Amino acid sequence: MDSCNCIEPQWPPDDLLMKYQYISDFFIALAYFSIPLELIYFVKKSAVFPYRWVLVQFGAFIVLCGATHLINLWTFTMHTRTVAMVMTTAKVFTAVVSCATALMLVHIIPDLLSVKTRELFLKNKAAELDREMGLIRTQEETGRHVRMLTHEIRSTLDRHTILKTTLVELGRTLALEECALWMPTRTGLELQLSYTLRQQNPVGYTVPIHLPVINQVFSSSHAVKISPKCPVARIRPAGKYMPGEVVAVRVPLLHLSNFQINDWPELSTKRYALMVLMLPSDSARQWHAHELELVEVVADQVAVALSHAAILEESMRARDLLMEQNVALDLARREAETAIRARNDFLAVMNHEMRTPMHAIIALSSLLQETELTPEQRLMVETILKSSNLLSTLINDVLDLSRLEDGSLQLDLGTFNLFAVFREVLNLIKPIASVKKLHVSLNLAPDLPEYAIGDEKRLMQTILNVVGNAVKFSKEGSISITAFVAKSELLRDSQTPEFFPVPSDNHFYLRVQVKDSGVGISPQDIPKLFTKFAQTQSTATRNSGGSGLGLAICKRFVNLMEGHIWIESEGLGKGCTAIFMVKLGIPERLNEPKLPFMPKVPTNHGPTAFPGLKVLVMDENGVSRMVTKGLLVHLGCDVTMVSSREECLRVVSHEHKVVFMDVCVPGMDGYEVAIRINEKFTKRHERPIIVALTGNTDKVTKENCMRVGMDGIILKPVSLDKMRSVLSDLLEHRVLFEAI
Amino acid sequence: MDFVNQLQRKFIDYSSSLHREGIVDDQFTQLRKLEDENSPHFVMEVASLFFEDCEKLINNMAIALEQKQGVDFKQIDECIHQLKGSSSSIGAMRVKNACIAFRSFSDAQNREGCLRCLQQLSHEYSLLKNKLQTLFLLEQQIVAAGGSIPRVH
Repeated sequence: MDSCNCIEPQWPPDDLLMKYQYISDFFIALAYFSIPLELIYFVKKSAVFPYRWVLVQFGAFIVLCGATHLINLWTFTMHTRTVAMVMTTAKVFTAVVSCATALMLVHIIPDLLSVKTRELFLKNKAAELDREMGLIRTQEETGRHVRMLTHEIRSTLDRHTILKTTLVELGRTLALEECALWMPTRTGLELQLSYTLRQQNPVGYTVPIHLPVINQVFSSSHAVKISPKCPVARIRPAGKYMPGEVVAVRVPLLHLSNFQINDWPELSTKRYALMVLMLPSDSARQWHAHELELVEVVADQVAVALSHAAILEESMRARDLLMEQNVALDLARREAETAIRARNDFLAVMNHEMRTPMHAIIALSSLLQETELTPEQRLMVETILKSSNLLSTLINDVLDLSRLEDGSLQLDLGTFNLFAVFREVLNLIKPIASVKKLHVSLNLAPDLPEYAIGDEKRLMQTILNVVGNAVKFSKEGSISITAFVAKSELLRDSQTPEFFPVPSDNHFYLRVQVKDSGVGISPQDIPKLFTKFAQTQSTATRNSGGSGLGLAICKRFVNLMEGHIWIESEGLGKGCTAIFMVKLGIPERLNEPKLPFMPKVPTNHGPTAFPGLKVLVMDENGVSRMVTKGLLVHLGCDVTMVSSREECLRVVSHEHKVVFMDVCVPGMDGYEVAIRINEKFTKRHERPIIVALTGNTDKVTKENCMRVGMDGIILKPVSLDKMRSVLSDLLEHRVLFEAI
Repeated sequence: MDFVNQLQRKFIDYSSSLHREGIVDDQFTQLRKLEDENSPHFVMEVASLFFEDCEKLINNMAIALEQKQGVDFKQIDECIHQLKGSSSSIGAMRVKNACIAFRSFSDAQNREGCLRCLQQLSHEYSLLKNKLQTLFLLEQQIVAAGGSIPRVH
């Protein structure tokens, strides 16, 4: 036996055992060598491996272990010392490395483990983010749908389109099987099926509004899942399908008035419509939260869109109504204007046409009276005269009244004798009063001025009318007329709170009271007195005649004179008092002899009333010119005749005192001459008096004449007497403003 | 004297008949009033001026209405206006009324109506002329017989 230092085996080496150990060692060594190779290979392949040097260490450890085992192979048999040395070296190295590795691994393995943990964590996070993103995407989709829906709904103001579009879009977005809208009926007790998605023309199914399920939906602002079996959801043919889930939501129907309230009208609307949405049957789909949200938002938008449509409808209707009213008003206005124009035309014609024959009748009858007549004939003539006077007065009244209402009547102001007016009235009324055995007394206050400025003719007309009424309606007793200056305390009468007379230095208020002891007037008739054509029904008035115009005209005259007229009566049978106040001017020089009160009868001055008065006559018509000349020559004037405007302007001089101008021809030329004459003579006293001769005295002609500065108008044809009185008036006052 | 009285009575009757028939109106009476020592033939002068005027105007209107190319209603209107003025100045009532009627046809530009009115107008005018000439003749006879022309009211 060789000497070996190895330990003597304790048992004799078994061959089989030896063989197996040999093979195992070999395989172990193989494994030990291949593991690091695999490791290196896969680490090289992988991108990330943080601990490469650990790997090296580990690899070294394994390799050395492998080497150890490999070397072990040689130790089964007899081996030399070198082998033993190598073996020992290998083992030593292996021991070192493995201890180092073991130590290292203590540090490394927790790290490696934590990597795994982190990986798991990150995976979870990723899953979570995924989920969230899914949610966000869904929400954004929902938002997009809502925006699109809203846009569709709000792009029209037609209520029908709005609702239809809503249903269509909702159906599309949510892939619904059926979508229906139930509107409350007029009575508010039922819901009626108004619109559906699939069925084109829903027949009027109705459902009573107070079903519990409906109440439940109406009381919540959210979309509520309802059972497919409830009446509002049973609009598709039931049958073999398993119905899908149904959701209902309320749609507030807003009225105009709701928008005044600050908070969104949750609390104040009472009317709701019901929108029912059904998922497709047999699809196992469920209503998701975001879909419900979508439905709620859409319902709100629909409510707003509907209210806008309602507002628009309302305003369109109002506008149409206004337009209709406008048209009607316009028509009425035009009709009224036509009527007024027709009336004015009528008046213009009647004004002249009616008066002329009247005057002829009156004039001729009065002339007839002067001739020799048998008593019968005289009676007849007197009757004719009286009737014609009445008729003439009536015509004048009617025409006056129309002019008064027209607003075209103006007062003829002048200074006149107030006392004389009253005296005249008294004279006129005395005969009738004495026939009726009525006593008439006149009482003029001492402070009443003798002269006043006002419209004498119309004041007299008023007083005469009032006194006449007093006489007319009294069968017996007395009439008392009092006139005085109204003092400021008395100016405010309790009867007439709206009348506030303000006396001033130049004016005073004349107050006249006419008290009679006649039939009186009952209080309810008093307001009617001043309306034209209205008459009280008592027999007395029917017998006394009268057209009912008198007081109406008086009232208007009094109003024109800035005054007030009223009647007081204690009742039937107790007489009545008529009171009026008018504003009159105080003349500056009370002793001015101007205008003594004269009855308007042309005085006979004799044939040559105006000797040598230089007059210019302008008339294009030869015959007419000659007649006018004849008239004036007969009155003693020195007449120059011209037949054209140019000639007139050439010839007129300051020697001519009066210029008679025919303005019959339509057009403005005659007026132009007047303007030129006015321009030619700058000083007023040098200028001749310009008088227009015309065939009609309507408002327009008069206005034109006044505007161009003419001093008067005479209506053709002119009688001798008229011409005489006109000339005398003109020369006295330099102004006449109308001679009929 | 008896003869003068007769003439005067005849004159009065004739004058009244003129008024009654409406051939002349009040204006004519006014014109008579203007006759005095200074202008004894005033009415006759005015009447002859009127006759001249009237004939001229009627002629013009007849010519205007004959125009084939187109009737100038404006001219006719002016003529009527003149005639109306003249006739009312002299007191020829029926002529004046005929003018008024004529005017309405001329305003309506109705040629047929105008022609008819013109005929009517001529008729009235000739009637007036005849009557007035008779009247003036009576006047002259009275004056020649030494009487004075009675005032007719």
